[in-house]
Formats: sequence, structure tokens, C-alpha cells
Amino acid sequence: MQVELAQAPFEPSLRLAAFSAALEDEGAVVSFTGRARGRGADGAAVSSLVLECYRGVTLQSMKAIAADAHSRFAITASIVIHRAGPIAPGEPIVFVATAARHRRAAFEAADYLMDRLKTEAVFWKREEHDGISTWIEPTARDREDAQRWRDKVNDNAGN
Amino acid sequence: MAELTIVYFAWVREVIGRDEEQVERPAPDSSVADLIATLAARGGGYAQALEDPTRLRAAIDQRFAPLDTPIGDAREVALFPPVTGG
Repeated sequence: MQVELAQAPFEPSLRLAAFSAALEDEGAVVSFTGRARGRGADGAAVSSLVLECYRGVTLQSMKAIAADAHSRFAITASIVIHRAGPIAPGEPIVFVATAARHRRAAFEAADYLMDRLKTEAVFWKREEHDGISTWIEPTARDREDAQRWRDKVNDNAGN
Repeated sequence: MAELTIVYFAWVREVIGRDEEQVERPAPDSSVADLIATLAARGGGYAQALEDPTRLRAAIDQRFAPLDTPIGDAREVALFPPVTGG
């Protein structure tokens, strides 16, 4: 279980290669990369996405989510990398990879990690476009996605 | 007695116009909500950012806490909007 808060751009393909190289006899590796979109929900061009975090609290929230994924699914290894600070369109924001003996656990754990990171990781997001800065509210869709796992999940994200 | 550090995030930080400050330590049995009311009484950006506590969440010594939690001997209180997620 590896969890990182990245202040600078990173290359997911290199991180996936390193993650895979360290594995043993796992038959399945699943990875997901989330990228900053160049357009907001209203279609307006976004010049920058800014993710504000709360130092150790943010990292701790990511570690708790990763630990839950390990206790819930039969995965043997995972990595979660999340950017903070200003992020340009097209840059990776989040990268998760999971490894398991069989594919189902790896798929489900990656899906679970993303759903919880998207709603509970301690970040505040804002978009900048045309010199205007807008704080982003959590979307109903993100909440519904996280709700899929809610039966065993403890909501401690301060929401 | 040591002072209390208050940290602000997201629009709370922007509207107040600072990300961190030290204040004189309130009585140990006063709550985060009491602290918010005291700060809001300063007026200006404080009043604007803190006038509606239902829009605010808090952490005491880096742990999420309901607004009615006593501050006790905490060193740091954080005030912020609900987290957006990653």
C-alpha cells in the first residue's frame, strides 16, 4: 500500500511500470488515471484546476481509504497518487493501481478507491477560467457512485 | 498559556483573507461553534465567511469534529467548507 500526495506533475505510465515490476505472482493489475478536463461542467474553458489540501489530514484520508480497500478486497498491492496545487488541463490528477491474484478483486478495488477518493479525500477544488475562480461543489453523481459501497463505509469526511 | 492556531481553507480562507492565525486561547469548555461566533463578531470578512455555521466544517488537532465539540487543550482548529473530494 503506497499513498502519495504529489505537488508536481507525474507520469502514470512510469509509476505503473514500477508498481508492476515489484509484484510477485499476481495475475491481475488494474490501473486508472484521472486527468484534468479542459472544460467545466458548463462547457466553459478551464485554464487551471486548483486542489487545496490540508497537509497531513489529506494524506491521512487517502491512507484510510486505501487501507479500507485492502481490508475489503483480496488485493495484494496498491498505489494511490493524488496531485495537489494548480493542475493544467490534460495533466493527471489521480492515479490508482491495484494488484491481485485474480482480476475481479483488482477491478473492484480500483473502482472502490476512485469512488471514495472522489468524495471523501480531503481536497477543495476550484476552477479558474477567464480570470474567474469558482469553488466546485461535490457532484450528485460522485455521491451516488460512493453510495454504492456505503453499507460498509464509515463516513468521516466531514460532510 | 499557549495560543490557539486557527487554519482556514478554500473559500473560508479567501473571504477571511488569511490562511492561519494565532488567537488567545478560549476557555477549555468552549466549543468550535463558540469560537466561530467570537470570530464572526470581528465583522468584515470574518462575519461574511462565518455567518452561517451550517456551511462550515471543522477539525480539532487535525481530526474532523462536530461544531459543538469543546476545544479543550487543542493546539489547532481548522475551519473550512465541506470537502469536495479529489
